[in-house]
Amino acid sequence: MKRTIALQVNGAAQEVLVEGGRTLLEVLREDLRLTGTKFGCEHGECGACTVLVDNTPALSCITLAQLCDGKSVTTVEGLEGPVADAIHAAFAEAGASQCGYCTPGFAIMFHHLMERSAAGETIDPRRELSGNICRCTGFVKILDAYERGTAKQRV
Amino acid sequence: MRMNEARPNNGYKTIGRRAARVEAFTKVAGRAVYADDVHLPGMLYGRLKRSTVAHGRILSIDTEHARALPGVRAVITGADLPVRYGILPVHQDETALAVDRVRYLGEPVAAVCADTEDIAQRALDLIDVSYSPLECVLSVEDAFAARVRLHESEKFSGNAHRVVALEFGDVAGTLAGCEYTREDMFYYAGSTHLPMETHATVADFTDGRLTLIVSHQAPYYLQRILPKVLGIPAHALRVVVPYVGGGFGGKLDPFPDTICAGKLSIITGRPVKFTLSREEVFYNHRGRHPSLMWIRSGWKQGEMAAVHFRAFLDGGAYGSFGTAAAYYHGALQGTTYRLGTYKAEIVRFYTNKPPCGPKRGHGTPQPRFALECHIDRVAEELGVPADELRRKNLIAPYSTTVNHLRVTSCGLDECIRRVVDASGYHDKRGHLPFGEGIGLAVGCYISGAALPIYWNEMPHSEVMVKADRSGKISAYSGHTEIGQGADTVLAWIVAEVLGIEPDEVTLVLRDSDSVPPDLGSYSSRVTMMMGNAARDAAEKLKQCLAESAASALSADVGEIIFDGRKLYAADRERFITLEDAIQRAEAAHGMLSFTGSYTPRPKYGDFKGAGVGPSPAYSYSACAIQVSVDTDTGRVQPVKVWIAHDIGKCISRINVEGQVEGGVYMGLGEALMEEMAFTPAGLLRNAGLLDYKSPTALDMPEIETFLVEDPDPEGPFGAKEVGQGPLLPVPPALVNAVYDAIGVRFDEIPVTPDKVLRALERRSERVGPRRVIEFPFPEPVKVEVPADAADRDV
Repeated sequence: MKRTIALQVNGAAQEVLVEGGRTLLEVLREDLRLTGTKFGCEHGECGACTVLVDNTPALSCITLAQLCDGKSVTTVEGLEGPVADAIHAAFAEAGASQCGYCTPGFAIMFHHLMERSAAGETIDPRRELSGNICRCTGFVKILDAYERGTAKQRV
Repeated sequence: MRMNEARPNNGYKTIGRRAARVEAFTKVAGRAVYADDVHLPGMLYGRLKRSTVAHGRILSIDTEHARALPGVRAVITGADLPVRYGILPVHQDETALAVDRVRYLGEPVAAVCADTEDIAQRALDLIDVSYSPLECVLSVEDAFAARVRLHESEKFSGNAHRVVALEFGDVAGTLAGCEYTREDMFYYAGSTHLPMETHATVADFTDGRLTLIVSHQAPYYLQRILPKVLGIPAHALRVVVPYVGGGFGGKLDPFPDTICAGKLSIITGRPVKFTLSREEVFYNHRGRHPSLMWIRSGWKQGEMAAVHFRAFLDGGAYGSFGTAAAYYHGALQGTTYRLGTYKAEIVRFYTNKPPCGPKRGHGTPQPRFALECHIDRVAEELGVPADELRRKNLIAPYSTTVNHLRVTSCGLDECIRRVVDASGYHDKRGHLPFGEGIGLAVGCYISGAALPIYWNEMPHSEVMVKADRSGKISAYSGHTEIGQGADTVLAWIVAEVLGIEPDEVTLVLRDSDSVPPDLGSYSSRVTMMMGNAARDAAEKLKQCLAESAASALSADVGEIIFDGRKLYAADRERFITLEDAIQRAEAAHGMLSFTGSYTPRPKYGDFKGAGVGPSPAYSYSACAIQVSVDTDTGRVQPVKVWIAHDIGKCISRINVEGQVEGGVYMGLGEALMEEMAFTPAGLLRNAGLLDYKSPTALDMPEIETFLVEDPDPEGPFGAKEVGQGPLLPVPPALVNAVYDAIGVRFDEIPVTPDKVLRALERRSERVGPRRVIEFPFPEPVKVEVPADAADRDV
């Protein structure tokens, strides 16, 4: 059934008319043209579609848009501020993007993990990032970027 | 994004730096545009109806109900696209939509475009296809034994698609005189590329011209093939390639979704987008050929006097790149080792599965696996350390192989030494506790194929470099950026030549309306070929500007120094700015635009099949892997990987390391878990990321990478390839380590936990194939061993 939902996307209020089966990924990419979030597997297996819903990572390809009514959504385009700057610099310095298709999902996860880390939690990045698939890097430079990012954050 | 880092201490300003790739920020900020991100006004959405049987005749296709569905704009079937094509000119056996017959489950039979993707999907369900099933052939053994023929026009019997038989010197005679001979059998499973981005195309037909915005590695071949298939003049086709979200060889053929997008846009006059689902990518496939192999070698005083190799490739339903894959199976054994005599007999079969093609390493990882596992056993039986036996038999730099390939630089000896020393191979091999082990293997790959797919004399890469009066330097190229860092290579080479920073080079890329041709991102050719063309173009501009500066400074042209947007006289005091030099030159000559080209100058033998294998230069890798085998669960965990790669000259350090690490990752995936698995009816059982297992961050061991730099005379600044070679030694090094850990020889991959447990329970000495096919290979093409084989400095 079609319903109008209200979302706070990257800080801006949005109202979207959506079918019941429409995913958050489709709403972001097609209705709002925020194409930074990627379609990779449609089964919630690869993590390329990861966004933050109320500050918690969500796989937007298996998240129904209607269930996000009233919630805030942060996509890769909405990552701003010192943590985002640290992530961007860390990714570039480490060479953590190759084809770049998985990168937005990793950037979102980095942001989430670095905020938890800053709040005092001990993070095991290998485990936390094991839901994001990258076929290019072997994860070596992505894990390096995570270390660089957290080091920048501490400075 | 510029980073603070030390300049390389190598006489270059940019080459060899550890600095960010040119599009790093664009990608991490989510601003990089891929084909599926493109949205055009009035765009329609396309979907493909796929076969539900693996082999059958199409009795009827009823599209009437689909056409009647509101929102459906067009429906097409095989009758609308009857022109046969194929990536290789020798094999034009595909149609975009099946005509009369389907040969694999998932083969497209009809295409729809509609106002929304949902409507298009519903329309597919309204298309009624009836099939008369035919015998389904799913293995090389079945294919050889079957009565049914997948392609009736083929000249070979037994569903053989391509047969290769080459002999260099007298192998049987040499074997008869050897002190020691050994034979082994191997199986290398089929796997797929699994790029994170699924295939996508946006087609836009307007004003009699068709634009394709497509996720593709080699748009040049779309330009060659699609005009014929779509019935439009070549000049009316424009191909634009955005960033490509991974390729690994999986986006090289012309694919049905791209062709149908073009056709449906021509029919409707509106833009049409096709984005494949993850499942559909498994049907496009063109991945690693499953390969059954047999090898016999003969040795005299520790030297490889003879090698006889046979391979039986499971090619899937169509030709694709299969002829090249078959030849490549036999091409690169001699580029690592000095073989006295050599015989290769290879057959590729058709089966009712998605077509196999070029996956990273293209037909060479399978024979490399066989050879490196075989040598490990020979070394053990001869009582020689595996590294020593290899080093004793290495091909010499600047020599000719048994099969007439010209080797230039070769840093393999150094690569082996580096990983053996760093890993402590000698101290560990045979000395670690049960369940722990270490293994070694080497590999080699081409830096681009010396001969193009369409044989002609024209350059393989062309680059234009333009300077305009604002001081802007632009580089135009048709290569594709599939993640390997090709854009960075272009910007850095132009920057190095002109003494400017890489971010001062504007890149104009991969739009066939504005850039010169480049054959594409495959066969590890881009750095070698585009890089040489870029250097050529930039040097011409440099010469022109040097003349301009020399005239202005009353200096000699040869003394002008380019540094940081200033052109200095030899005294390093008098200078003019880059802008000034450009404006003076433009005033004198008009528009400043220079073209560079690269055409390989191959040396190769004079025999049929000699065209596969020649390359301007070969890269070399050596790899040691330490593993831990859990004898309760059967799980093999790589603990650490040491890999050394002979890169010739490193242009972008981060990107080179990234390719090495990515190659190790993909090799581990193939060695440990990745495999295409089919039901007896030909249904791919694992067509999704849930069931097709690939390594995660948790599975990956520490990787220590060593780059061996011995500049090659053919490469730009001496650079060779890195995109594919480092994968090759990984699977054999891993199984050689598993043997050291638990005493079981895995002569097949993947080494999955169930196989390990079964082998331990049954106390098996080996796991692998026990027979090969008695295929009637024809009398081989007999070729003399080159007179200068294995001599240095030919």
